[in-house]
Amino acid sequence: MEISKLTKKRIQEYIKEGKRFDGRDLLDFRDIKIETDIIKNAEGSARVKFGDTEVLAGVKMDVGTPYTDSEESGNLITTVELLPLSSPRFEPGPPGIEAIELARIVDRGIRESGYLDFDKLCIKKGEKVWNVLIDIYSINDAGNLIDVSALAALIALKTAKFPKYDEKTEKVLFGEITNKKLPLTDKMPITFTYYKVGKNTIIDPVSDEQESSKSRISVSLMNGKELKISAIQKGGEEPFGKEETEAIIDSFPSVLEVYIKKIEKTFKLE
Amino acid sequence: MTAKKEESSYVKRSDGRKFDETREMRAEVGVIKNADGSALFAFGDTVAVAAVYGPKHLHPQHLQNPQKGILRCIYDMLSFSVPERKKPGPSRRSQEISKVTEWALSSTLDLQDFPNTVVDIFITIISANASTRVAGINAASMALAHAGVPMKEMVSAVSIGKIDKTLVVDVSKEEEDYEEGEGATDIPMAFLSKSGKLSLLQLDGEIRPEELKRALKLGKEACKKIYELQEKALKEKKTGEE
Amino acid sequence: MSEERKIVIPGEILASGDEYLPGDGTRKEAKDIIASRYGLAEISGRLAKIIPLSGGYIPRYGNTIIGLVTDITFNGWLVDINSPYSAFLSVMEVPRFINKNELAEFLDIGDIVACRISNVKRKSIDLSLKARGLGKLEGGITLHINSNKVPRVIGKEGSMIRQIKEATNSEVIVGQNGLIWIKGDKIENELKAKEAILFVVSKSYVEGLTEKVKEFLEGSKPKETKVKEASE
Repeated sequence: MEISKLTKKRIQEYIKEGKRFDGRDLLDFRDIKIETDIIKNAEGSARVKFGDTEVLAGVKMDVGTPYTDSEESGNLITTVELLPLSSPRFEPGPPGIEAIELARIVDRGIRESGYLDFDKLCIKKGEKVWNVLIDIYSINDAGNLIDVSALAALIALKTAKFPKYDEKTEKVLFGEITNKKLPLTDKMPITFTYYKVGKNTIIDPVSDEQESSKSRISVSLMNGKELKISAIQKGGEEPFGKEETEAIIDSFPSVLEVYIKKIEKTFKLE
Repeated sequence: MTAKKEESSYVKRSDGRKFDETREMRAEVGVIKNADGSALFAFGDTVAVAAVYGPKHLHPQHLQNPQKGILRCIYDMLSFSVPERKKPGPSRRSQEISKVTEWALSSTLDLQDFPNTVVDIFITIISANASTRVAGINAASMALAHAGVPMKEMVSAVSIGKIDKTLVVDVSKEEEDYEEGEGATDIPMAFLSKSGKLSLLQLDGEIRPEELKRALKLGKEACKKIYELQEKALKEKKTGEE
Repeated sequence: MSEERKIVIPGEILASGDEYLPGDGTRKEAKDIIASRYGLAEISGRLAKIIPLSGGYIPRYGNTIIGLVTDITFNGWLVDINSPYSAFLSVMEVPRFINKNELAEFLDIGDIVACRISNVKRKSIDLSLKARGLGKLEGGITLHINSNKVPRVIGKEGSMIRQIKEATNSEVIVGQNGLIWIKGDKIENELKAKEAILFVVSKSYVEGLTEKVKEFLEGSKPKETKVKEASE
């Protein structure tokens, strides 16, 4: 059932006072649960929950020919499927724009940060490279699929291992895994999304809060010596004012800190 | 009891199980909060999750049945559920499995009181090691009950294999790929809990009529154990908890 | 006098014998009363029936329900009452005269309305506002629970919901369809009432629930949110 006008109104009123129905601060996350290496046939897998929102991400590897404009680099392909089983609002069928945009947001965060060392995925220049395929599935949508998906993808990537590769036949031995992790740098991208509700902004909305919001901004940050931004996406039709935008940018370090603390309660990021 | 051991090359199961032993099974209900009913069922590493939405309004109108509600079943596998990545999207195989699954379940449902509506069942294979469609049916049966859909009886399913000349219960991928002697014959089947009738039967391979009869008998016995697990999962779900 | 209830699953036998009669959710085959859905078996004298634990709302004549207006036609409103069938509130079923041009002013898309079910047809439901306490609901929040839990939330002669209303100083209307409207003097009280209701739903099988709810209402502070929606 859709959210009613009254609940939407109440959510906005409450948020205006800096409060939320579940008692969280405006810029706080729900409790996070993370499990890794849960799917035998995946080279890497992660199950992530923020409250009741649950996402499963898996990494599959394959070898292929490189693109002509990047002969020494492997490839990353990120796909998201918003499964009908996860919410009455998803219909069966090919990925719609919501799934496509989500996949691209997650992909940009990883790609632009330089976290995955594409050159180290090269087997033979111009001929054979590794392809990394991240597939993300929604299992229960209770709001904020973007952030849960981004984290699940990151952790699946982080814990993934190469499958065995036969150099003579130049074929991957699917089902047999090595102990070698993927070539990752220290530029780990952490993605989170700000949702605009009325004149305020919140982090990690539950479904009702998300439905009360008309715009959002997702950012992918790298927490190195210096705080840097590797990707941004504004979604939704409502524009953001100058002060609003600057306030969001100014909050990056504190939200990042809160987020990392919450993640580390269940999973060591470094 | 089942193998003509002196003639069959498959004398010991690759994972050490007895011929009539299933892998470790797991059944759980209420795994997807948004769904009207949901369940998980696993045979070892083969894990299926099912979610039911409905009875609910059906669009478009031309699909509606004015006399009773319809059942719509979609079976799919996660890309990384198998060793070699499965491209997302329905394949002809998954469409066929969706249909036979629908047929396996629909005879137990009574949707006379819900004309023009649909009950959607979504089955997703999270991890695959053969016997996926039967794991899916077991999960779907629990999910339908959990959702409160009017249902005459439960459905329990298992795969029986003939590996060379040996009949086994709950076929694994390794057994499915067996090539010696008469190779592997895979026989997924489903039985209704009260009437004992057969609601799913498929076969691919090579089998004699007598062996088939024995396979059906073995399957029915195994399904009794599966039913017990499904019953336990539904009863453990405390009445207040959703 | 009813015997203790236990959960039964489809196809299970509740009782066996010529004397038993099949009630709601059951069927008779030879001497057996068999469950035709998942729920609690209740055997009361000769009648064996199932009390559902799950499943959607079955609209019944006379029920007070809460719905969400989804569309406006030339002569009424389409209302989502969380049932697979569409529900329609005709302009003729409003106690006062509504001009054809002021339909949206009276009830707009997205508004919440408390109605009575005046007619259940095979594929659609008719609603009416012609009774006390019905009409558009303003302010407050709405909450959705499984309709099978509504009796527990209302309690014997309304005792449970009255306890919650008094403790939180809130107006509460519980729709038979599982939609609940809560309006408190403060948002904190609305949320407290919501949590108390969810507490009842999550513990609906427990004995002495009224006492436990009383403790919950006395003990809970607005910030304490240990009761999750549809708890585990």
